[in-house]
Amino acid sequence: MEIPYTVSTRPDTGLWNAKVGIWLFLASEVMLFGALFSAYIFLRLDAPLGMWPHGVLNVPVGTMNTAILIMSSVTVVLAWAALKMRRYRAYWWYMLATISCGVIFLVVKLGYEWPQKYNHFGAYIKPEELGKYEQYLGNERRAEKGMEPRLEITGHLHSQNAKEYEVALDPVNADPNNPSMDRPHFFPLPVTDKIATIEKEDVERATMFLPTHSAYFASYFTITGLHGMHVLGGVIVFIYMWLPVSKKVYQRNPEHLANRVEVSGLFWHFVDLIWIFVFPLFYLL
Amino acid sequence: MSLKAFHIVFIIFSTLLALGTGAWCVWVDLVEGAPIYLAGAIASFAAAIALIIYGVWFYRKMKRLRIIT
Repeated sequence: MEIPYTVSTRPDTGLWNAKVGIWLFLASEVMLFGALFSAYIFLRLDAPLGMWPHGVLNVPVGTMNTAILIMSSVTVVLAWAALKMRRYRAYWWYMLATISCGVIFLVVKLGYEWPQKYNHFGAYIKPEELGKYEQYLGNERRAEKGMEPRLEITGHLHSQNAKEYEVALDPVNADPNNPSMDRPHFFPLPVTDKIATIEKEDVERATMFLPTHSAYFASYFTITGLHGMHVLGGVIVFIYMWLPVSKKVYQRNPEHLANRVEVSGLFWHFVDLIWIFVFPLFYLL
Repeated sequence: MSLKAFHIVFIIFSTLLALGTGAWCVWVDLVEGAPIYLAGAIASFAAAIALIIYGVWFYRKMKRLRIIT
């Protein structure tokens, strides 16, 4: 039995069925991501002074990933246009480029950006013990300049025992009174050789840069993780439509494959549009 | 909304992002005095111009090819 309205439009809606379906699905996705973005904004607005990390993400890498996603949107729409013009060979190459962009995005995100965070350590100092660690925090100068206090010492966890953490410091804590450390750096600075010893009883909480670290990282991993799952889903669908099995659909009815590419392209554009909001929210602001 | 129309909307948002990133780089440079951000600003504004040119090219091409869904 043939499924109706996969190519021709329904008389009552004026659309073929898959297009109605994808837009209903995308409407539910707007609600899902909208709720997460709202949660992020409220968490940020309600964060106590000094408790919201700034400049901890790699801006050049994030910018590169943004460019890759924008590029993939261009290639997917060109793949669809190629099918409309019945140029299967061009479609095949554009689709391959789209798949490659999606895979590169995921590799950079999961293979580079996320692991960098897993290996980073942060210890929030108890408010009454901040003075003891002034040499790593530089809060006297910050108070004079009217800036929010620095409450956390970060770096690579060198070692720990029952009483102390030994941390190879980030430049921001190794040289806290340097004014250039008050702002994020375009190219992230490497961890220094300077080791700080932090007593565990002075620490309010200490963890690697995982979702347990702060509301910021909980939001970051939730939203970018969910977005990454969508990218993975899109890539899997594109691979299916790129494999020889889809050529049979094309040979039977090219318009049917073009419609399939159009709905998956709409999904892909939505996923990329989400990233257009994620990037400034997490990396820049 | 067709893929063609959604693509144009996406390019508009991407252009706004590039302009916003450029403005952010200029702001960081002015407030914090970090000249490397000027290079970022120039790259962002160049990307915005490239996206506008691409958007216009895409719109005209689609119109010319009469790909309507």
